[in-house]
Amino acid sequence: MFSGFMVNTWLVATMVAVIAGVVGTFAVLRGSAFVAHAVPQAGFAGAAGASLVGLSTVWGLAVFAVMSALGIGWLSRRGRHDAMTALGLVVMLGLGALFLSFSNEYEPAIFGLLFGEVLGISNNDVLVTAVLGVLCITAIAVLYRPLLLSSVLPEIGEARGVDSRRMELCFLVVVALATTMTLPILGALLMFSLMIGPAGAARSFTRRPLPALGLSVCLAVATVWIAIAAAYEWNWPIGFFVGGLGAVFYIAGRCWARSREARVSRLAAAT
Amino acid sequence: MTESQPPDEGSEEVLALDGITVWLSGREVLHDVCFSVRAGEFTGLIGSNGAGKTTIFRVVLGLQAPSSGRVLVAGRPRPRRNRLIGYVPQKVLLDPDVPLRARDLVALGIDGHRLGIPLPSEGRRRLVDGMLAAVDAEGFANARVGSLSGGELQRVLIAHALIGRPRLLLLDEPLANLDIASEQEVVSLLARITAQHGIAVLISAHDMNPLLPAMDRIVYLAGGKAASGTTQEVVREDVLSELYGRQVDVLQVRDRILVVAGSDAGVHHDEEAKPEYPDYPVYPGRRSQAGS
Amino acid sequence: MTGLLQDVIEPGFFSSEPVHVALVVGAVAALVSAVVGVFTVLRGQSFAGHALGDVGTTGGSGAFLVGVNPLWGFVTAAVVGAGIMELFGIRRQRGRDLATGIVLGGALGVAALFLYLDSNSVNTTGATFTVLFGSIFAINQSTVPVVVLMSLLALVTIGVLYRPLLLSSLNVDMACARGVPVRTLGVLYLLAMAVAVSLSCITIGAILSTALLIGPAAGALRLTKRPGLAMAWAALIGVASTWLGILLAYDSYYWPPVHRGWPVSFFVVTLIFLVYLVADISSERRGRQLSRQRSGRSIAARRDTPRNSNQPHSAVGGG
Repeated sequence: MFSGFMVNTWLVATMVAVIAGVVGTFAVLRGSAFVAHAVPQAGFAGAAGASLVGLSTVWGLAVFAVMSALGIGWLSRRGRHDAMTALGLVVMLGLGALFLSFSNEYEPAIFGLLFGEVLGISNNDVLVTAVLGVLCITAIAVLYRPLLLSSVLPEIGEARGVDSRRMELCFLVVVALATTMTLPILGALLMFSLMIGPAGAARSFTRRPLPALGLSVCLAVATVWIAIAAAYEWNWPIGFFVGGLGAVFYIAGRCWARSREARVSRLAAAT
Repeated sequence: MTESQPPDEGSEEVLALDGITVWLSGREVLHDVCFSVRAGEFTGLIGSNGAGKTTIFRVVLGLQAPSSGRVLVAGRPRPRRNRLIGYVPQKVLLDPDVPLRARDLVALGIDGHRLGIPLPSEGRRRLVDGMLAAVDAEGFANARVGSLSGGELQRVLIAHALIGRPRLLLLDEPLANLDIASEQEVVSLLARITAQHGIAVLISAHDMNPLLPAMDRIVYLAGGKAASGTTQEVVREDVLSELYGRQVDVLQVRDRILVVAGSDAGVHHDEEAKPEYPDYPVYPGRRSQAGS
Repeated sequence: MTGLLQDVIEPGFFSSEPVHVALVVGAVAALVSAVVGVFTVLRGQSFAGHALGDVGTTGGSGAFLVGVNPLWGFVTAAVVGAGIMELFGIRRQRGRDLATGIVLGGALGVAALFLYLDSNSVNTTGATFTVLFGSIFAINQSTVPVVVLMSLLALVTIGVLYRPLLLSSLNVDMACARGVPVRTLGVLYLLAMAVAVSLSCITIGAILSTALLIGPAAGALRLTKRPGLAMAWAALIGVASTWLGILLAYDSYYWPPVHRGWPVSFFVVTLIFLVYLVADISSERRGRQLSRQRSGRSIAARRDTPRNSNQPHSAVGGG
């Protein structure tokens, strides 16, 4: 499992999980979890298009991801109806299907881009992932305070000079970068589970912001490690384990939160 | 009617509005509004819903550009980074699950607008503890902000606004959703803060009565125009009738004041195009921003 | 004229068996989706339709594994999904969206597993593409009667319940006050939605199915506010997009680059989007004209009315 060709997989997956945990925490905080659902769909089309013209998928992925993230931000600012966004994203999926149908190996390509692919990760891929990861982490670290303020108390943030729109823009670009890193490994449809599941679970276990971020990262890393090991062992697709574990952690978090509430109210009733 | 001491003649003018006029969507919302607030003064901005109170706040905070007139904060034109004004909005929507404790929210008031990650230090903790004590929020300092009641959350927001050492505290309808007991608590808390810290407090409300015990001055807003002064100076039939543009009666019932518009009054609102059907949300969208 | 038609429609179109099947199934799917879709948008439950489509992925891929017609997989998954939604309450809340998304992620993970097993053990080619993006030309002729029957059932149900369903969609409280069984109606409506979604799934694939359910309906509601008329418009948009998509896909057999044909679902979805775009832009333009007229009138009125007269003032807004 830890032999030469798997090392890259472990490296990339860990980096991806760290970023997913960090970015996902803020996505859940801002109530824009759907961006983690939407941007990958456009990224899928970009990746498919890039591979069609022979480019590295990363470029197509990045361009489409950034464009769609900015587009979603622009549309939501203009107060456009969500139908426009949803239909636009479905067109992206259709476009991706179109591009992939031109290649001869389209079935495995579709599967890989939608549900993830852990094999065949080159050293170059590791490098690219690392660079994008560093960019994302730096951006979030630098913007941590104003982003937190703007996410939880947007009005007060505005009054303090923190421009909500600028924060939104920055965050969307970070989501796009995170998507570029994550999509090749986990696929467009299951990226969401890694970004949102651990983050959603973490907030049930702790009520402090930085620990929630840390726990989200830990859960995400645990998810991918377990998923890779299981996928290696049984040859089943990694997406199955990522989707499943995301749901398991989230449900565990909700149950924990509910039992804690029950304990508190029992205590309150007893006193 | 006020019980607090009037401020010294020489206390500084923390906020001054001079000839503020605002046009929004083709309507003149504010016309030539002038008033000032001095340090240590508790001022009530009184007006019915839709009178323009929030618009004034937005102008003061720099979120709305006036069509004409200017705003002076501590004698100088409004700065971009608003360090001198603490703001407590009317409605804050919080997820019950948000991983943020009351003390974390207050800590954000220290430097939440600066870049980077806050490093925990003894000094910060003491500052936050002190502010929480000042607003009587120690009991729930470690509770999730999403689980606080309206009154508790408000005190935490006041602490958040105060911890940055502002010269002016702005509160948008803080009494709107509180029961009478909580109303009185908040008003006396704010009066105490005004006296102790020597800051200026400007509160908007649609009912002046809960504020009467603590209010030094009143700014009465109606018909887009404002009249400012002490309660005795402003809440009079001649002044208010001039403001409303119709006959207004001021009745005093024990210690409460009632302002009643004249019998000919027929107030109608511009018909706004209302969509017939609910919006078609397809994806979970951003939560709506509170108030405006 | 015939020359133009010959250029547009490649030879053999009307005589091809798969094309007949595709046209019938597509039209039926579009019709049911139009009717159900308008209700979906009115009730603000578009997210539910999307969720059922995603769940359909699991069902369709499972059907391949078991060796059954994917339609049954889609229907089973959609009905089960609808049942779960009814059980847990379908109202949109902040936490609910998160939970739904994550549970769907789990379902998609299962779909990934099924598709992987499909490609390995059972001798089915193209399961992935068929489930996700649809293969309308590959639909078996024997499926058609089932499809027509299901859609008739759905349409008749909606037709019978039209008035009370409309009321409970537009104003729940009034419906309750009038004694309308809102809960039962909700369940029946969800079942009809399950049928619509399954038909969309076999037409254009599970992850694209939302487009047929929501797109024409949303576009129609931008054109008109009357539900009945909206359904007619949505049906027109949906059937036209589907048929045109089928035609273009058939023609594209001769197009570069692979001479294998472009996917039907791509055309259908793009056409639906374009129609919505046009409808949205034109309605926005109309709206702006209307508000400009109105504000022009009100400014003129205020200038003419003297300040201190006895006439009523319009309240100054802003607040």
